[in-house]
Amino acid sequence: MADYGLLIDYEYCTGCESCVVACKEEHKFPVGKWGIRVFDDGPWQKDDEGEGGNHFNWNKIPVPTDLCDLCASRLAQGKEPTCVHHCLAFCMQFGTIEELAAKLAEKPKQVLWVPCESE
Amino acid sequence: MEFKNDLGKPWKYEEGDLTVVRTSMWSPPGCHPVGCGLKIYVDKDGVIDRVEGDENNPITKGRLCARCLALKDYVYNPSRVIYPMKRDPKFRGQHDKWERITWDEAFAIVKEKRDYFRDTYGAESMAVFSGTGRSGGIVVSDMAQAVLGTPNACYTQSGYACYQPRSMSCSHVLGAYYPEMDYAGGLEGTYDNPDFCVPEVMVMWGKMPLASNGDGLFGHAVIDLMKRGAKVISVDPRVNWLATRSEVHLRVRPGTDTAMAMAWLWVIINEDLYDHDFVDKWCYGFEEFAARINDPDMGMTPEKAAEICEVPVEDIYAAARMYAKATPASIAWGLAFDQNQNGNQAAHCVLALMAITGNIDVPGGQIVAEIDAAPGVEDTPASGEKKEFNLDKADAGADDNAAEDAARPTRRIGWDSLPQELRDKTIGYKEYPLYVDNIRNAQADMMFDALTKGEPYKIRMGWIQSTTLLAPTCCAQPTGWYEGLKNLEFCMATDIFITPSIEAACDLFLPLASCAEKDDVVMTHYGGSPVFYGAVNKAVDVGEVKADMDLIIELGEYLGQECLMNEDGSRTFKDLEDFLTQRRTSGPIRMDFDSLRHRVGYQRGVNYRKYETGKLRPDRHPGFLTPTGRVELWSTAYAHYGEDPLPYYQEPAFSPHKDPELAAKYPFILTTGARNYASFHAEHRQIPVLRELHPDPLIEINPADAEEIGVADGQWVEIKNDYGRAKFKAKVSPIVKKGTVQADHGWWFPERQADDDSRDEVIPVGEILEDGPLDFEINGTRIRNGFVKTDHADEKGLYGLWQSNVNDLVSNHYNSRLGYGGPYKCNCCSVTPLKESYDTDMKLVEEKFEIGVAKKEW
Repeated sequence: MADYGLLIDYEYCTGCESCVVACKEEHKFPVGKWGIRVFDDGPWQKDDEGEGGNHFNWNKIPVPTDLCDLCASRLAQGKEPTCVHHCLAFCMQFGTIEELAAKLAEKPKQVLWVPCESE
Repeated sequence: MEFKNDLGKPWKYEEGDLTVVRTSMWSPPGCHPVGCGLKIYVDKDGVIDRVEGDENNPITKGRLCARCLALKDYVYNPSRVIYPMKRDPKFRGQHDKWERITWDEAFAIVKEKRDYFRDTYGAESMAVFSGTGRSGGIVVSDMAQAVLGTPNACYTQSGYACYQPRSMSCSHVLGAYYPEMDYAGGLEGTYDNPDFCVPEVMVMWGKMPLASNGDGLFGHAVIDLMKRGAKVISVDPRVNWLATRSEVHLRVRPGTDTAMAMAWLWVIINEDLYDHDFVDKWCYGFEEFAARINDPDMGMTPEKAAEICEVPVEDIYAAARMYAKATPASIAWGLAFDQNQNGNQAAHCVLALMAITGNIDVPGGQIVAEIDAAPGVEDTPASGEKKEFNLDKADAGADDNAAEDAARPTRRIGWDSLPQELRDKTIGYKEYPLYVDNIRNAQADMMFDALTKGEPYKIRMGWIQSTTLLAPTCCAQPTGWYEGLKNLEFCMATDIFITPSIEAACDLFLPLASCAEKDDVVMTHYGGSPVFYGAVNKAVDVGEVKADMDLIIELGEYLGQECLMNEDGSRTFKDLEDFLTQRRTSGPIRMDFDSLRHRVGYQRGVNYRKYETGKLRPDRHPGFLTPTGRVELWSTAYAHYGEDPLPYYQEPAFSPHKDPELAAKYPFILTTGARNYASFHAEHRQIPVLRELHPDPLIEINPADAEEIGVADGQWVEIKNDYGRAKFKAKVSPIVKKGTVQADHGWWFPERQADDDSRDEVIPVGEILEDGPLDFEINGTRIRNGFVKTDHADEKGLYGLWQSNVNDLVSNHYNSRLGYGGPYKCNCCSVTPLKESYDTDMKLVEEKFEIGVAKKEW
């Protein structure tokens, strides 16, 4: 049964990769293995009304992998997952699916991930 | 959900078996002085177990970037050198010839060499070279002038093309130190402090602060402010991520920023969108300035700027109006102002924009630092308006560099101790006096000539202080610097790793402490901004490393330098803690280092509108620290030093419009210098977890260009111009416009061959260059630029130094009349697809640099 998830506001995810590196350091993943990665969608021109960046699509979306355990050992100590703690844009939240789903309804450009079963 | 946090914990505490040290980071590893909060967890053996972001830091609030998250991999990296080493000069370029020595032997070698060169050729025959970003970098003048006794400290980047061109313009045009965008970092409670006001508009001009955190502006504060309603305008040739969140994005042709800024001024002045009250009371020369902006030849209409900058004219109007009508509005202005021959004028214009819109030193606008009252002056506002100002000199009791020195009072130990005749020998002083006076460094391009041509005299001893000099960031024509360095009779270096420069040309290596292994103080804008002071608190010991400032204290004493002694012969600085108290904390924030250590961080408070209260002048008269006491839209300093006192646009030297013949040969505009999250310039290449994020040197190329020349995404290409060539992996993307390419800088490959393929060839000084096209005179000296005769671009040694060295395509001497700026961001090149691949082998990187068991000694 899955109880917990990660809510990501990709309007503000800057692609800083702090989640990626924090996760690798926490879990000691070697080169070529990750617990979370940043999907990079852009830049590509979404309309022809101008040449500025405001006419481009560029979204960075952190995606937990099969190796994500939502930082079970940190949670056991009462600490939030390391990706959430270190996110430079404060655009990641950890919580129960129920509370995150309520937040999901509050604004667009968010995604709710439920990467693993709860222990 | 509620989680545990460590809010309110002391600077050092126990958690289970671990000791936690709270600290504010700076360098090494190199970074800008944000002072991000870190918790370093140390085990019972004194070894770092892990690091986490410290939620107590009022600005970063627990957040941390990838580089600090990987700090443990840096501190215990197997390729790090933690003992002093020497190598016989005849074995330069051979890695296995280094031998471990003691500090006593190292100091004895330095003394023998220093005495010899000083007594035989004069102290000026020695030079100390510095790089960017490290805490040790800002003390390079002290290393040269106080420790060795030579005037020749040198930040080696052509035209000092990083920060200093901007800060010089601030000192002289604004009469205050760097006006940073206000992100509430200096205020308790930051954004929620009632004194703060969220800006309606933030302009990102030639700056991408998210990755760069330039000079201590915490980049992601921009995101915090966007969430609180601030809108963004971007001025940048590239579609960076922030530009996609902008209301308007002006994709200027590289190097044309001055034209764009003049066009904004045209709109704001002619549509009467400026702050009349501020202009009348606090600006000097507005009428002349407005006349220049409206001048039919030298002025700039939006229509003319649209043609020059190659952007839609309606976007220029929209951006200028939006900026001027917003209250408050701020501008974050970046490296693009420095890496441009016309940058002093661009800076002048942006300072004028901030001033005439009334955004100087107001909440949510641009904030400047309070400075101390002069000795004997009461620290209260002077009564009555000061009627007369001395127009020849800033008359506030300081010299021509009043504003910069006043805001950063701890910058000069050594310079004042040098006899005038020795100061007069500073390389480039005669040609570029404002540059040398302002930063007390030799002028970089003239130093290049000294090393390569022996003019005006030969440099014989070098000290490479905290810079990866030849894998730049910090120089133009590194092949020329390399040939010059090989001619030095003795060269020493202070660093963490054996860099390519050290492998090629050094005889003595002095190992530096990282920020986990020393006490230090980190200060926003090096102390010149009313934001944050942080204590770098030592957490662990590693090998026999020393802090940069330990070297000033200990080596200075060993060399018998009087300027580092009291009258009774005792040390001026007892130890590192005393140094930090005297030079960094006692003045601006009035506490000793130990007090700051216990607080870990300190917000300075801003005190807005200080031009009304006298807090920007040592004499405590209202106004700014310029000769006229006002913001000098007509600059008396520029006029005094032979520069036009009003702004003008100058076409970039290598642009297709300036030289169509050159453009036929080299049809692409080449720009460089952009930052990414995985490295600090040339650093962090040996950290697998970071290298994996950005394994290869990239060049961004527009899809239309890629199709035309037959380059696929991920294919390698060679770029070339008359000065040099380099290879990059193509990233095909509309991030750049058609006709422009953007190449990574600062690349070397620590996993590759150390030994120098050309170690047996030394090209004598005087034969390194052949004359280039530049030929001009400045203050009585004839200046020629040159092409480096040698080409190492296909060699594999020195850690692949020459493979992807974009700075080899940048010439020296394309500076402003004041000696500033270089064409790093507005260059030209051809692009040729390659069949071969030079992709990084990440398995090799992991194998070489994975830390096995972390320990104090290895």
